[in-house]
Amino acid sequence: MGILMSTLPPDWPGNFWWHLLVLTLLLIGFLMTSVIIFIWMERRVIARFQIRLGPNRVGPFGLLQPFADVVKILTKEDIIPSRADKIIFWLAPAVAFVPVLMILAVIPLMGGLALADLNIGVIYIVAVSSVTAIGIFMSGFASNNKYSLIGAMREVAQLISYEIPMLLALASTVIMAGSLAVSGIVAAQSIPFILVQPLGFVIFLVATLAEINRTPFDLVEADSELTAGFNTEYSGMKWAVLYLVEYSEAVIGSVLITTFFLGGWRGPFLPPIIWFTVKVFASFFFILWIRSTMPRLRIDQSMALAWKGLLPLALLNLFITGVKVVFWPALSPWIAIPAYVFVTVLLVLLWSRLLRTRRPALGS
Amino acid sequence: MTTELSISDTAARLKAHFGEGVAPAGDGLATSPELLPRVAGYLRDTAGFDFDFLDMMAAVDYADRFELVYRLLSLKHNHTLTLRVNCDKNKAVVPSLAGLWQGADLQEREIYDLFGISFNGHPNLKRIVLWEGFEGHPLRKDFKDGAYGAGD
Amino acid sequence: MALATEPFILNIGPAHPSTHGVFRMRTTLDGEVIVDVEPVFGYLHRGIEKLCERRTYKKNIPLTDRLDYVSAINNNWPYVLAVEQLAGIQVPPRAEYLRVIMSELQRIASHLLAIGSVMNDMGIFFTAFMYMFREREKIIDLLEMVTGQRLLYNYMRFGGVSQDIPTEFLPALAKFLKVMPGYLDEYDQMLAENEILLSRMKGIGILKPQTAIGASTSGPVLRGSGIKWDLRKAAPYSVYDKLEFDVPTGANGDCYDRYRVRMEEMRQSLRIIQQAVEQMPAGKFQGRVPLRIRPPAGEAYAQIESPRGMLGCYLVSDGSELPYRCHFRAPAFLNLTVLRELLIGQKLADAIVIFGSIDISMGEVDR
Repeated sequence: MGILMSTLPPDWPGNFWWHLLVLTLLLIGFLMTSVIIFIWMERRVIARFQIRLGPNRVGPFGLLQPFADVVKILTKEDIIPSRADKIIFWLAPAVAFVPVLMILAVIPLMGGLALADLNIGVIYIVAVSSVTAIGIFMSGFASNNKYSLIGAMREVAQLISYEIPMLLALASTVIMAGSLAVSGIVAAQSIPFILVQPLGFVIFLVATLAEINRTPFDLVEADSELTAGFNTEYSGMKWAVLYLVEYSEAVIGSVLITTFFLGGWRGPFLPPIIWFTVKVFASFFFILWIRSTMPRLRIDQSMALAWKGLLPLALLNLFITGVKVVFWPALSPWIAIPAYVFVTVLLVLLWSRLLRTRRPALGS
Repeated sequence: MTTELSISDTAARLKAHFGEGVAPAGDGLATSPELLPRVAGYLRDTAGFDFDFLDMMAAVDYADRFELVYRLLSLKHNHTLTLRVNCDKNKAVVPSLAGLWQGADLQEREIYDLFGISFNGHPNLKRIVLWEGFEGHPLRKDFKDGAYGAGD
Repeated sequence: MALATEPFILNIGPAHPSTHGVFRMRTTLDGEVIVDVEPVFGYLHRGIEKLCERRTYKKNIPLTDRLDYVSAINNNWPYVLAVEQLAGIQVPPRAEYLRVIMSELQRIASHLLAIGSVMNDMGIFFTAFMYMFREREKIIDLLEMVTGQRLLYNYMRFGGVSQDIPTEFLPALAKFLKVMPGYLDEYDQMLAENEILLSRMKGIGILKPQTAIGASTSGPVLRGSGIKWDLRKAAPYSVYDKLEFDVPTGANGDCYDRYRVRMEEMRQSLRIIQQAVEQMPAGKFQGRVPLRIRPPAGEAYAQIESPRGMLGCYLVSDGSELPYRCHFRAPAFLNLTVLRELLIGQKLADAIVIFGSIDISMGEVDR
């Protein structure tokens, strides 16, 4: 309790329990609102990418579409396959959803305002984010359906593979900031880490896309191959929770990108919470952009990318960051940033050439 | 442009090999079911013919017989040839050409399904467009079922 | 330590987002690798060949539309050609050019759907599909201007076509021909060098030329394997011998080559339409046809190059008003002969892409 109390700003009214209650509600409210807005954004933005309109009937600009979706889902019959493993089937959505909420607990929404600003926040985030994989695997496994099982297997393989580059990219930011606490990392971003750590950003972006099962890594729920992957057999409220998990992970992914690389709540002129929101939504927009334009990878290509592509690059990134922090701690950003961007471009080009598929010439 | 293959010359060459079993018929050649695989193999492998492409296979139900029509194509020389085989309606068995041209595989299954002509030596002679357990062979002229006269 | 594994059977289809129709593949999987595939046909069998025997010749033309419903105008052609051969009906030149223009427009529309579907199966989530369908809508609008139909046109008749083009057709067609190459370039920009697409399609589903010939494949599947065989050049029908165009081929026979062949064929179709419009004379759109069509007894076989391959119609007539036997050589059906060979040893994700690249239309496969 002492640790948690010490993270409160000195003028915070009330005591610890008020803080806990208010912020829990605030964070849950933030997550739910973001999920609803993200659902709307996804359908509308992707539709605009596809030169069509998207939902525009339910409310102005289709803004009430997510509510219509929720009503529809909740009124559906909750079917449990007769040969499914009932307890695991029932528990899986919950096990998948709770870790997502838990990650949000250590994120500072604005200066000092976090539910629990642990001083090992980064380790906490990485640890908790893996538990979602268990939930998804449980749902695929308990469904007694081969499509779901394939989806679940792919999910676990992919998630484990991409944990390591993600962790290493985060470790580089920790080295730059000198603190494992998330608020410390945000505080150290007088220049957003996307500029100072371009290679780390690229790695983290790709790894996050894989962690949240978004294109090009959405082979877990590949519509065209596996019908719906691990959530084929779910319907009604349980499916609603899994759907919520998918979007909550997208929210968390955007939040993590914002916090670790885009400077969190920092920014001039506007109130911090506005900056935070804007950055989260901008990250999600980028994720949607990728979703509407890129095909998906095959599982072995995705794993090859993780182990042969991202892992060496992440190690190199860690090494370069360490060298820079030890030998040139006071290097002017005007030199450090272009140099690192140049190194990043070089390494990315080099690695893509190494991993590239052979291309024989076209006939005709 | 498709080159014309002289039927009489072709027939003469094949007669030299296979005797009277091969004869001109219509705009092509006719042969017997027993000689079919050897004639087809000869047409496929002999230089000058090189019929490496089985274009089409169809069966027709005439009053007294089934007639199988094979249309062969040579991509190299760009000429075609029609082979006809007659088989008895009651004992409709014909050797399979799936070993020579893989393209015959599915077509023979379809003809078996719809006409009831069995192909000896086919690797997987099962019904293809109709479901297993279907009774009868619809494309025969004497097929009676539902809309085609059952219960008349 | 060897893990004990056992293969399991997964049914892909018949109702599945990627099987382009009702097609079932009973795959035996070992992990992600396919060890055996049994294609199950017949979910869309409507007995069209038997139906043809009970209708008069003219009534069968709409029935042929339903064969390959994705590219419907092309299906009329072999049938009307076969009847014209049997009955000795002449086709005036204007009608020939009209047939060519409509068929080539239909070819472009069909390829757009084929490529869009494959892209969709690979996970682009409809974006490429929507872009291509924007163009397909333009083509369908053009065809609707002429025939009044959007999907199953029933346009060709014995001796020509059913109606002449309205006055607004040619300006609209000219506008379309001007903007379409730009759109094709846009697709190339989006897709042709896309890294993920290349890694998903290059080297996947390689069809060797000898296998392709032996299995009676045709169309882009055959041309993707490097064999330059196109009926419009090899055995020209209608007025194709007066039109100049190239026949694209691929080098390796993988999915990427088949996709490139289709893209190139669309460009060549634009060339053909351009020339056909310039060369088309004025005149009648239908030749002299007897009121009741009773071709003399005999048989005829006519073939055309449809977007999926060589589509043929084998017609036997006994001199009466009804055909005696009408058999359709369906290219998609024959192209599926190689499916089992191509899929064994591939991963499940690749199987979907390979199947999409063969580009079938179930109406034709099952008839």
